[in-house]
Amino acid sequence: MKQRHKRLAAIIGGLSALAVITALLLNAFNSNMVFFFSPSDVVAKKAPQSGSFRLGGLVGEGSLVREDDGLTVHFDVTDNAETINVTYKGILPDLFREGQGVVTQGSFDSVGNFVASEVLAKHDETYMPPEVAEALEKAEQAAKKVDNGGAI
Amino acid sequence: MLPEIGNIALIMALVIAVIQGTFPIYGAAKGNVAMMSIARPAAAAQFIFVAISFGCLVAAFVTNDFSVLYATNHSNSQLPMLYKVSAVWGGHEGSMLLWMLMIAGWGWSVALFSRKLPLEMVARVIGVMGLLAVGFFWFVLETSNPFERILPALADGRDLNPLLQDPGLAIHPPMLYMGYVGFSVAFAFAIAALLSGKMDATWARWSRPWTTIAWVFLTFGIALGSWWAYYELGWGGWWFWDPVENASFMPWIVGTALVHSLAVTEKRGSFKNWTVLLAIFAFSLSLLGTFLVRSGVLTSVHSFAVDPERGLFILIYLGVVVGTSLILYAWRAPKVGLGGRFALVSRETFLLTNNVLLIVACGAVLLGTLYPLVLDALGVGKISVGPPYFDMVFVPIMAVLVFFMGIGPLVRWKKAEIPDLVSKLKYAAGVSVVTAVLVPFIMGEWSFMKSLGILMAAWILSSIFVGIRNRIVLSAKAGGKIGSLSRSYYGMQLAHFGVAVFIIGVTMVNGYEEDKDVSMNVGDTVEVGGYTFRFDGVKSAQGPNYETQIGTLTLFHDGVEIDVMRPEKRYYNVQQQVMTEAAIDTGIFGDRYVSLGEPLGTRGGWSVRVYSKPFVDWIWAGCFLMGVGGFLAVSDKRYRLSSRKKSKRGIDETPDTENDESAKPVMVSVNEGKV
Repeated sequence: MKQRHKRLAAIIGGLSALAVITALLLNAFNSNMVFFFSPSDVVAKKAPQSGSFRLGGLVGEGSLVREDDGLTVHFDVTDNAETINVTYKGILPDLFREGQGVVTQGSFDSVGNFVASEVLAKHDETYMPPEVAEALEKAEQAAKKVDNGGAI
Repeated sequence: MLPEIGNIALIMALVIAVIQGTFPIYGAAKGNVAMMSIARPAAAAQFIFVAISFGCLVAAFVTNDFSVLYATNHSNSQLPMLYKVSAVWGGHEGSMLLWMLMIAGWGWSVALFSRKLPLEMVARVIGVMGLLAVGFFWFVLETSNPFERILPALADGRDLNPLLQDPGLAIHPPMLYMGYVGFSVAFAFAIAALLSGKMDATWARWSRPWTTIAWVFLTFGIALGSWWAYYELGWGGWWFWDPVENASFMPWIVGTALVHSLAVTEKRGSFKNWTVLLAIFAFSLSLLGTFLVRSGVLTSVHSFAVDPERGLFILIYLGVVVGTSLILYAWRAPKVGLGGRFALVSRETFLLTNNVLLIVACGAVLLGTLYPLVLDALGVGKISVGPPYFDMVFVPIMAVLVFFMGIGPLVRWKKAEIPDLVSKLKYAAGVSVVTAVLVPFIMGEWSFMKSLGILMAAWILSSIFVGIRNRIVLSAKAGGKIGSLSRSYYGMQLAHFGVAVFIIGVTMVNGYEEDKDVSMNVGDTVEVGGYTFRFDGVKSAQGPNYETQIGTLTLFHDGVEIDVMRPEKRYYNVQQQVMTEAAIDTGIFGDRYVSLGEPLGTRGGWSVRVYSKPFVDWIWAGCFLMGVGGFLAVSDKRYRLSSRKKSKRGIDETPDTENDESAKPVMVSVNEGKV
C-alpha cells in the first residue's frame, strides 16, 4: 500500500511538473510571436502601434539615404501600392540592394517612424522571401480591382 | 557518357534495394536461410553502385561537364578544385545523392560489422534499410535526377553560391547527413526488434554503438554548421534558431534522449518500448528535417530548392515511414514486456527525467518551428518566432537537466539512498555555488544569467570529479588499476565534460561580448573589450573567381601590437554577389572579430563592425568533446564480445563496469581480450 502511494505521488508530481512546464512554454511562445505585415497592412493600421513586428517588401529605388555618421540609414519599403520609410542604424547585410526584397523587424518610435532593429536580406539574389512575394501579389490584385472599378 | 553510367548505376542500386528490402525480411519471417543470406551481399552491391553513381557526378563537376544541368547550375570552370567537389552537394539533387551514398554506406557497414549478430537480425536490419533506400532512390530518379542533360551544353556554369565556397561548409553537409542517415540504423534495429518480437539487453547492446556513432556525427555536423555561420555570415552569431538549424537540432535532442534510454535498456532491460519509440522518432525527425529543408516551405537561408513536387514526395514518404512504423509499434510493442523494476530514487529515474526533459525541449523547438508554417498554411497570418522564445524556454529546461546530469552518474541502478547522494555531492554543491557567486564579480559585472551559467558548468565539473574519484578509490580498494575503469564510463564523463565546456562558452559570450558598428577613416581607432583596433585602409585585389576589397586593421592590446587583421568584402563575378569575409583573431579565452561594412565618403572610410567574443571557441570545443566522448564510449570492449558469450549471460550477470559501483571493477573475461 505504501509503495503504491509513493508511486502515485511520483506520478502526480511528474504530471504537475509537466503541466507547469507546458504552461510556461506556451506563455513564452505567446509573448514572442512576431507578425509579418506589408506596407499596405501598415497603412491600413493592421500592424501594432506599439511592439515589434516584421515589415517586408521591396527596397524603393533611389530611396537609400545615409546620414553623416555613416551608419544610420533611411530607406523605403514598398509593395508597389504603399510605401513605408524605415530607419536603421548599423551595417546593412550583403544582399541589401535597392529594388530587391527585404524583411525588417522593428517598431514605431514615439513620432511614428518605423525603426528597424534588424534587417534581413536573404542569401540568394534571385530569392524573394515568400512573405514579400505574397504581399506584392496582394497589392497588385488590389490595384487591379481598383482599376477595373474605375474603368467600368 | 559518364553521366549515363551514373544514371544506370543509380537504377541498378534501386533494383538491388528492392531485393534487399524484400527477400531478407521475408526470409527472416519464414526462417529461410538462403533468402536471409542475400542481405549482406545486397547491401555491399548497393553501396558499390551508389558509389559509382556518385563518382560519375563528381567527375562531371571536376571535368567541367556543363552538359549536365545540375553541374551547370552549381559549378563554374573558375571554381577552385575543392569547391568543385563540394559543389556536388551544394544543391538539392547532389545532396540527395549524397544522402543515398550515406544510407548505402551505413547499410554496408552494418553488413561488415555484424559478423557476430544472428543472421535473422542482420537480415531484418539490412532489409529495413533497403526499404528506406527504395523510397529515396525513387525520389531521386523521379523528381531530382542529378544526371539530367542540357543540350546544347553551356559554355560555363552559373557557379556555386559564394556562401558555400568555404572549407567548413564543404564538410558540414556530409557530417550532418552521416548523423541524419545514421539514425536509420537505430530505426532499422528498432523495426527489426518489433518484427521479431524479441528485444532484450543484447539487442540494446547491438544497436547502441550504431546510435552513438550517428549521434556523434550529428553533433559534429551541427557544430560545424554553427562555426561556419559564426565566421562566414559576418554577424558573429553562432546559433540563430533558424528553422533549418532547428530541423537538425530536433533529431539531435531526441538522439541524445535515445542514447541515454538505450543505456537503461542495455543495463537493466527497462524502457524497451520507450527506446524503440525514440528510435522511430529520431529517424522520423531526420526525415522531417529533410522535408523542411528540401521542400522550401521554410523561409530560411538554406532553402535553395523551392519545388512543391519534391516537398509532396518527401511528405508522403515521411507519412508512410512514420505511419507504418507506428502501426507496427502499436501492434507489437505490448509483447515486448517491461523489464527490471526500479525504485523512485535510482539511476533509472534520473535517466527517465533526462528523457522527459529532452522530449519537452524537442517539443518546444518543434512548436516554434512548425507553428508558423501551420498558421501560414491555414492562411491565418504570417508570424515568426524569434530567438527570445527559444532562449526563454531552453535556459530553464537546461538548468534542470544539468542539475540531474550532475547527480545521475553517481546514482546506483535499481535503488539508491538520498542521504548517500547528499554526502557524496555536498562539497561539489558548495564549491559550485561559491564559484557561481564569485566568478561574475571577479569578471566584472554580476548578473543572474552569468551566475546561473557558471553554476551549471561548475556543478557538472565538480560532480565529474567526485564521480571519477569515487571510482578510482573503489577500484583501488578492490585491488584494480585506474585503467580498469571502462572506456564507456570515461566516454560518458568526457561527453558531460564537453557539456560543461559548452555552457562556459555560451555563458561568457552572452554575458561579456561587446560589439560596435563604427565608421572609420584611415588611422582611426576603436576600442572593444580591452583591445584597440586601428583602421589602416582598404585595398583592391583579385581572387580566383572574385574581386575583393581587403581591409587592414592592426590590433593592439595594452599598447602592444598583437595581430594584423584582414577582413574582406568580395564580389563574386558569376553570381554577382557580395560576400563579407570576417577576420578573426582567435585565442583560448576569446576572439576578436572584424567585418567590413560599406565604403563611406570619398576619403577611403568604411563602416566596420568589431566584436570581442570571450570564450566563444569553447562552444565548439565543447561539442567536439561530446563527440569524442561518444567515440570513446563506442570503443568499449564489451561491444566486441562474441554474441554467443553474450546470449548465454542474463542481464544481471553482465559485467557492469560502466556504472554500478558495487560491481567488482575487474571482471574481464578471457574472451574479451582476444576479440
